[in-house]
Amino acid sequence: MPKPVEVTTPSDREITVTREFDAPRQLVWDCHTKPELIQRWLFGPPGWSMPVCVVDLRVGGRYRYIWRNDETGGRFGSYGEHLEVVPIERIVTTEVMDGLAMGETIDDEPNWGEGDPSINTLALGEAGGKTTLTINMRFPSKEIRDQALQSGMSDGMAMGYDRLEDMLHGQAAG
Amino acid sequence: MSYERQLDATFAALADPTRRAILARLATGEASVAELAEPFAMSQPAVSKHLKVLERAGLIRRGRDAQRRPAAIEPEALKAAHAWIERYRALWEGTYQRLDALLTELQTQPPKD
Repeated sequence: MPKPVEVTTPSDREITVTREFDAPRQLVWDCHTKPELIQRWLFGPPGWSMPVCVVDLRVGGRYRYIWRNDETGGRFGSYGEHLEVVPIERIVTTEVMDGLAMGETIDDEPNWGEGDPSINTLALGEAGGKTTLTINMRFPSKEIRDQALQSGMSDGMAMGYDRLEDMLHGQAAG
Repeated sequence: MSYERQLDATFAALADPTRRAILARLATGEASVAELAEPFAMSQPAVSKHLKVLERAGLIRRGRDAQRRPAAIEPEALKAAHAWIERYRALWEGTYQRLDALLTELQTQPPKD
């Protein structure tokens, strides 16, 4: 059974995602920071790939991700800057999405400095050989958060819905 | 309220653990404010406040009986929110399952020098 993705909305501008992995923290860190590894899992829903993945992992260093729909050739991307890098523990980045508007085309080199960024904090904790990943995304506005939720390409979301389902189920059965 | 506004209200209502617990209780049958206040060890005004949020979100309806005004769950609203969330969540479940597979592969392969 795959582990559940847990999502909460601490405020109307935020999303927090938590997921456990059966792997040491160093490996989960590598999979989030090394482009050749990122491209092997973060390529979006079926039918999409991630042709561009550039990461300059240091404070002030930039990153650029581009996803591509292999059927239509349509692309959208995300880019930003590293604000904090604490090896194997924590990364804080800015993030701006581009190419989401209908008909908008994007370049590999984004419009650095334009757009209202989100602040994403990735935290990894390890206990007993398992790694707990927490991502907090703070969006510039509620509208942008909701767009991220609807695009399905932000970082997962369930509102503790699993638990609600369980509770509803458990109580109805009990 | 537009469909989107309605969903916003639904998600905001579901974000609170007490409100999720109240919904779980209502899934077993309607209940008055007093009946809800007791198991949750909450004041009746506090329960009323939560019920107002849930009602605005379309997740429950209140009965007409002026005395009790029992709260009852609105299964259709819950279903709509569920469908929307599930679609979104499925994408991330899928993405993290691919990461699981990659992590397994990295742990079983001898490290490259």
